[in-house]
Amino acid sequence: MRKNLNVIAAYSIMMVLILMVGIFQSWNIALSIFNLCLISAVMTMGANIQWGYAGLINFGIMGYTALGGLAAVLISVDPVQEAWRAGGFDILMSLWLIVVMVLVIRFVLKRFEKSKIRTYSIAAIIISGILLIRFSAEPGIEAIEAVDPAKTGFLGGFGLPIIFSWIVGALFAGGLAFIVGKVALGLRADYLAIATLLISEIVIAIIKHEDWLTRGVKNVIGLKRPAPYEVDLQTTDWFIKLVEKFNSGKLSVIENLADRQAALNQLVIEGSSVFVKLCYSGLFLVVVIILLILTQKALYSPWGRMMRAIRDNEEAANAMGKNVVKQHLLIFILGSAIVGIAGAMLVTQDGLFTPGSYRPMRYTFLIWVMVIVGGSGNNFGAILGGFVVWFLWIEAAPISLFLINFFTSGIPETNALKAHLIESVPYFRFLMMGLGLLFIMRYRPKGILPEKIEIK
Amino acid sequence: MDFVNAIILLLNYIFIPALTYGSQLALGAIFVTLIYGILRFANFATGDMMSFGTMMTILFTWYFQSLGVSLGVLPTALLAIPLGIIFMILYMLLIDKFVFKYYRHQKSPPVQFAMVSIGVMFVTQAVVRIIIGPGDRRFFDGEKFIIKAREFKEMTGLNEGLAIKSTQVLTIFVTIVLVSLLFWFLNKTKTGKSMKAYSDNEDLALLSGIDPKKIVLVTWVIAGILATIGGALYGLDKSFKPFTYFNNMLPIFAAAIVGGIGNPFGAFLGGYVIAFSEILLTYAYKKFFMYVLPESMEPDSLVQLLSTDYKFAVSFSILVIVLIYRPSGIFKGKVL
Repeated sequence: MRKNLNVIAAYSIMMVLILMVGIFQSWNIALSIFNLCLISAVMTMGANIQWGYAGLINFGIMGYTALGGLAAVLISVDPVQEAWRAGGFDILMSLWLIVVMVLVIRFVLKRFEKSKIRTYSIAAIIISGILLIRFSAEPGIEAIEAVDPAKTGFLGGFGLPIIFSWIVGALFAGGLAFIVGKVALGLRADYLAIATLLISEIVIAIIKHEDWLTRGVKNVIGLKRPAPYEVDLQTTDWFIKLVEKFNSGKLSVIENLADRQAALNQLVIEGSSVFVKLCYSGLFLVVVIILLILTQKALYSPWGRMMRAIRDNEEAANAMGKNVVKQHLLIFILGSAIVGIAGAMLVTQDGLFTPGSYRPMRYTFLIWVMVIVGGSGNNFGAILGGFVVWFLWIEAAPISLFLINFFTSGIPETNALKAHLIESVPYFRFLMMGLGLLFIMRYRPKGILPEKIEIK
Repeated sequence: MDFVNAIILLLNYIFIPALTYGSQLALGAIFVTLIYGILRFANFATGDMMSFGTMMTILFTWYFQSLGVSLGVLPTALLAIPLGIIFMILYMLLIDKFVFKYYRHQKSPPVQFAMVSIGVMFVTQAVVRIIIGPGDRRFFDGEKFIIKAREFKEMTGLNEGLAIKSTQVLTIFVTIVLVSLLFWFLNKTKTGKSMKAYSDNEDLALLSGIDPKKIVLVTWVIAGILATIGGALYGLDKSFKPFTYFNNMLPIFAAAIVGGIGNPFGAFLGGYVIAFSEILLTYAYKKFFMYVLPESMEPDSLVQLLSTDYKFAVSFSILVIVLIYRPSGIFKGKVL
């Protein structure tokens, strides 16, 4: 108990902060912060597995998040029959061509010795394959995108419950991580960072512009929910009774029957959106707890010890007969898959998929700030990092507005500098994040909750 | 005649824009490569440092414009650039003193430096957005075109027009002058040579009496000059928007690595490699073939290898390929 005191204290402070938002601002805001904190926590756990356990730097988090989101779309949207009829055959043919291409390349790689000719012929196969696919798929793509472009214009998905996409998102992200890992993991740390960052940009470019698959920048809206809809809740009897019971004290004060009914209606509307958010919180909390148990188990298993050995001294681990390359690839896939789950969760919560909103600042660098601030190598630290940083990211504007008003209280409202500062309040969050990161890296380089390894 | 038309078409839509864009990338790439070679870290704040320098230039441009000072046909920004450079260098030295110096003395691994530079990136982004705002700013004044497309057509009687913007000529000219000066400095002067020595082998350089503080100072000064001029030229040619500058970091990194990181000449060429491949692969050649081929063979489609949406993706793919097959870059930089 005593040695975990700092963990308990840190989490209690965090919870108190969120509760304070609930009391002083509104429960709706508090819960939406809490939900996104949970999603951020899942992302940080993924990044933490790669960085904290194995020392692999992955600046491609944005790409895996987006792939998770794509999975949510492909799983939950109903298939667009007309589009399938129009261009499905061409798309399937192209898919088939890709498979053939990969098989041919594998065959060449296996069959021939490494030589210049082999490299060039593989390049030739890839280039001609891409051209072939482009020309064979083009009519199909055009046909699909022409099908009711204002509403669909894409193939749609499988029409399954969106919850499944959390697993599929992990598979997608893991699949991409396998390819990226095969290609880039041999690079030195900072090159790996740049390479993964650029690959994630390529992924986003594809998601943004392949309209037949993702609708691109036209966005997919109105995804199915795993939680009830507010409108339905507001007309359900048991829910109204529940709200009435919760607020019986407040309602009984009101004498007039009509007024009481109006107040109840208002409470039901507010309550319904809180209730929906609570449903999401429950779902996300389950995911976080499952992942936490799994990652903690992994950390203290022989496998976790091996990962730390590889991280701390690659050559020594190699000499002890551990397959460093294979383990690096494995952990890269695992971490990215967790990020993929988070991506799918994010789209599930929002109910919409907007490829244009995936930006490295928000989905890569901010997540890294969370990992570093929270404490790399410590799962509790990673989750805390997700909570603290997301909380500050959202509350930075009110906090800095308060500070500006406080420090410039002597200056009249009409002062140009003051007005300018108040106008640029939203950008103080960047300043806070940057300064926070710099201070933590300088004075507490292991994060708020540092890595603590006990041999059990 | 058709053949001349085709060449003018390529000049107008591929060659001149790519040369301009390449010059802008090249300046940024040399900045990245110098920091990497001498201070030994990948600077993720590159784009934002460039936007800081450009912002200072814009502020001084506005000040000069309000005073009524102008250069006639040339943009007023040229007067403001030296002042922008001074502030950029001061900002960089400030950051170095409070942030990077500590890690240099600790001999931290490059990854930690990269993380710290992300912190600097956040802070710089905030500073720029707080001072000038996130919006799109144009600060170009003076004569816009050297040759207008219509005038060119009338002059030569060709179908295709050739438009040359003054910013394009300015960019290319300034880049050539600046880069030649830089190479002269690095190869001929004592300080430049000691910088190269420091980059090649730090311990040996220190043993032979090279002052590391001076090297670091000179590196930041050169970096400040490159960042401000590169950023200001890009802003003059297109427009200034903090977010675009942050995004430009990616092709700049690509250029630096393709050219062999730590090798300034490679970075210079790398900028053009990236710019030309981006534009060559995403240009629709339909019109070109209409001029060159006989009528019966004219293509129906746009003859575009990749859609322009994938412009950035092209440079990143090139980078990934280079990283896999020739990690030290096309022109041999530091070996990984």
